[in-house]
Amino acid sequence: MGVIHVTDRAGQRHTLEAIEGWRVMEIIRDWGLPIEGLCGGACECATCHVFVAEEWLGRLYPPTEEEEDQLDTVMTQPNSRLSCQILWTPELDGLEVTLAPTGA
Amino acid sequence: MTDHIETDVVIIGAGPVGLFAVFELGLLDIKCHLIDILPKVGGQCAELYPEKPIYDIPGFPMVTGQGLVDNLMAQIEPFHPTFHLNEMVESLESIGTPEAPLFRVKTSENGTTFTCKAVIIAAGGGSFQPKKPPIENIEAYEGTGVYYAVRKMEMFRNKKVLIVGGGDSALDWTVNLQPIAKRLTLLHRRDAFRAAPHTVEKMRSLVASGEMDLHLGQVTSLKGEEPVLEGAVIRKDDGSEFTVDCDVMLPFFGLTMKLGPIADWGLNLHENLIPVDTEKFETNVPGIFAIGDINTYPGKLKLILSGFHEGALAAQKVHRYVYPEKKLLFQYTTSSTSLQKKLGVAA
Repeated sequence: MGVIHVTDRAGQRHTLEAIEGWRVMEIIRDWGLPIEGLCGGACECATCHVFVAEEWLGRLYPPTEEEEDQLDTVMTQPNSRLSCQILWTPELDGLEVTLAPTGA
Repeated sequence: MTDHIETDVVIIGAGPVGLFAVFELGLLDIKCHLIDILPKVGGQCAELYPEKPIYDIPGFPMVTGQGLVDNLMAQIEPFHPTFHLNEMVESLESIGTPEAPLFRVKTSENGTTFTCKAVIIAAGGGSFQPKKPPIENIEAYEGTGVYYAVRKMEMFRNKKVLIVGGGDSALDWTVNLQPIAKRLTLLHRRDAFRAAPHTVEKMRSLVASGEMDLHLGQVTSLKGEEPVLEGAVIRKDDGSEFTVDCDVMLPFFGLTMKLGPIADWGLNLHENLIPVDTEKFETNVPGIFAIGDINTYPGKLKLILSGFHEGALAAQKVHRYVYPEKKLLFQYTTSSTSLQKKLGVAA
């Protein structure tokens, strides 16, 4: 068991308990934070867009071509990722992400 | 001239749940018309994951989104539903009584009106609409300098056009509008495109011959005295910014779902979902039902199979509105000759 830290769109930081094997999008949604995840995690909508804290960026698997394609449909920053494509493992204990603005 | 159609039921949304409702209604001799904003049936299944496997449809160990839609279309074929695609329901007005509901439904695209005894909302997450880039004040230029679709190419003749995106829509319109635009610029986040290879090749050759411009980056703000667009400020990956002069910007960022006009129909809403009872999946307005992902009730699971179940129960209550004088006898398709006749499988 570990945690992820999620900063919502109002700037409030939440510490959420994480479960191994769950996608970060699922963890955020399960705790009731406002993440759309319209396609349910199929990497088809980019509504689970998050900004990953700089120090964590290199510790994630790089985005697949499929994820990059979806990131093309939103306004990205260099630390943009889709949270449905980040599978939580104990190595990601303490992962720090920020919800992207709606529509971004 | 506005078309007017009288029918038993109007189904809003032609996704899998709306399609299966046709079957359940058909077994009860209830006729229906379906309206969908997309140009094809299938809703999210066909739009978001046509080739992705689904594993939790009863009887299908695995089926793709499009495969499920194709099978549902075959299953409802005996009932000959009429589809109105590329149309969005603009208004829904109750003109009956709670005991004998009657509705007038109007669509926006070509102004079709319907009179029906029941409405089934099977709109999933809402209606698919173009994704708007989160640029401050973009609304101020919409319809004058910013367009999310090309309806008439002539509108863009001799204009400085900026197209944003890297998919099929962006690339197709780039090669189609380049010959008539005064100057065309394509902007994309990175130097990789997920469009048809020959279209990408054509775009690259136009860039190579100096007939159009290609930039990598993202729009951060728009310039020009509202509502007249004059330019877009673009940020590159390295953080530097520059401006592209343009009269028109066409962002093609794909589709997202919004509740849309449903919010104005006098229905109770809870966080953009429609509360229903679990006996008949009727809303707070008698005669209006909500099935599938758009409804909410204690214990709701957003699964396609839940939507199928909900459609079957809604159909029972719809029957009472369409045939108030008839007693409804529950029958199984395995044993009822009457049902098998309707399905065209019995003599």
